[in-house]
Amino acid sequence: MRKTKEFIIEKLILVCGLASIFFVVLIFLFLLKEGLALFNIVGPLKFLFGKSWYPISEPPQLGILPLILGSLLVTFGAAIISIPIGIGCAIYIAEIAPLKIKEVLKAGIELLAAIPSVVLGFIGIVTLVPLVKNVFHLPTGLTALSGSIMLAFMAMPTIVSIAEDALYSVPKNYKEGAFALGATHWQTIWRVMLPAASSGIVAAVMLGIGRVIGETMAVMMITGNAAVIPNSILAPVRTLTATIAAEMGEAVVGSEHYFALFAIGIVLFVISFAINATADLFLHKRQ
Amino acid sequence: MFKRMITILTVFIFVSSAFAASNKNSIQIKGSDTMVNLGQAWAEKYMEKNPGDFVAVTGGGSGTGLSSLISGTCDIAMSSRNIKEKEVAIAQKKGINPTEIKVALDGLAVVVNPSNTVNKLTLDQLAGVFSGRITNWKELGGRDKKIVVLSREVNSGTHVYFKEHVLRKNDPESKEEFSSSALMLSSSQAIADEVAGNPDAIGYYGMGYISKKQVPVAIAKDAGGEYVEPVIENVLNGKYPISRPLFLYTNGVPSGLVKKFVDYSLSAEGQAIVLATDFVPVKK
Repeated sequence: MRKTKEFIIEKLILVCGLASIFFVVLIFLFLLKEGLALFNIVGPLKFLFGKSWYPISEPPQLGILPLILGSLLVTFGAAIISIPIGIGCAIYIAEIAPLKIKEVLKAGIELLAAIPSVVLGFIGIVTLVPLVKNVFHLPTGLTALSGSIMLAFMAMPTIVSIAEDALYSVPKNYKEGAFALGATHWQTIWRVMLPAASSGIVAAVMLGIGRVIGETMAVMMITGNAAVIPNSILAPVRTLTATIAAEMGEAVVGSEHYFALFAIGIVLFVISFAINATADLFLHKRQ
Repeated sequence: MFKRMITILTVFIFVSSAFAASNKNSIQIKGSDTMVNLGQAWAEKYMEKNPGDFVAVTGGGSGTGLSSLISGTCDIAMSSRNIKEKEVAIAQKKGINPTEIKVALDGLAVVVNPSNTVNKLTLDQLAGVFSGRITNWKELGGRDKKIVVLSREVNSGTHVYFKEHVLRKNDPESKEEFSSSALMLSSSQAIADEVAGNPDAIGYYGMGYISKKQVPVAIAKDAGGEYVEPVIENVLNGKYPISRPLFLYTNGVPSGLVKKFVDYSLSAEGQAIVLATDFVPVKK
């Protein structure tokens, strides 16, 4: 009886695992099928490196270079802000904070993750955008920087909670050994804990960045969506995700615009895949 | 355990089928953001008068409305532009026959912040600003500040109308485009908010969105012409140069509930609502 139960459960898990792989493959095939049709109309180089995005003109101009650069710039900015703060926060929670504060902080971080991105975007419009405009004396606060700051908020819970887990799971005797050798608490954290947890921390950072590059709603609301090649982080940008979200309603099924949006989907897929592959590579090198 | 799950499932199926059944006396309206307030006002009053009928209204832009009419996910599309030939062709391929009903007129207001001293422009100047040839308020007699150009997203009928009638001046050969550094905002309300908070911004939206926090610019057809404000009487007598019709699109000649709703929107009461939401009625 017990054996059959176990057998069923085992198979069930196998089916679930296979199903998820199957779905990813299906999604990718669908993306390819719809997206590659674009390249009969526009060459891939012209698509990737074209500088104008006027999808509804006659004939449409479908160059996504400004969108790719916009996405990368916003992601880069968010990473610079969220990685040091996130890892610092994780170290504090895992190593330094007293038990009571630790509990409160952990709950707080989880709460931060639970705020829907549209709410964060709205808060950004009302508070952050005017602030950025006034601080930097810009013509408008709808800039890549505003997007980066808001996205950093969204990446932080992921980075903190996973990095904290990684630090927590470093074997206790590493730490005790370091203390026994006369290392200070800070030396122990810097020389022993961080290197020991590095694979988990890299995973945390990658997942955080993955969240940032795929985020749509908040960036659409606060980056200004101007499809122009950004010359500074204080300029408005348009990201790949926001373009799909903003224009999918307009694109009639089967039109060039529709195919182009799917092709953008492929580009996003490739970018996330590259991020994951880099993370993997890094992790294996470490081991 | 299993019994409980089965009970829950049964209840779930029962409830969801009850919702499905109620769909027979409900209609789905989708489209133009400009018209969404108007559509909602119609729907509310209509449902008050016809209890039991259910009308759902959502925005998203004219393009969104029309493409969901074509894909059969809404019964009526609201649109602030005419349907394109391309869209008609795709619709007919799918066996859908879009039928146009003109329900209101709208003046397209170009708005600036109340602190801006520029309050009248010619159509040429407008085209210059929005296509990026004029980039400083100084060139228009204002302060020495960079102009922040705000536009709606490309799925907006307002965007398309503005491009065709202001930037391209109704010339089908024209290749004029919005400046690539124009900020694309996702709704009329977002434009209203940005103009309200930014003294250097200029944007456009349907007349119904004007509030005290934005000042509409008076517009002249050419340099010598008369500068006209976007108010209802100027739209009605055709003096205001950028006004446009607003449409409902249905699949084929309306029938049943769709016809009831369309008739209501064109009735005296429906047209009074048009006026109350700051648009211009087509029938008196």
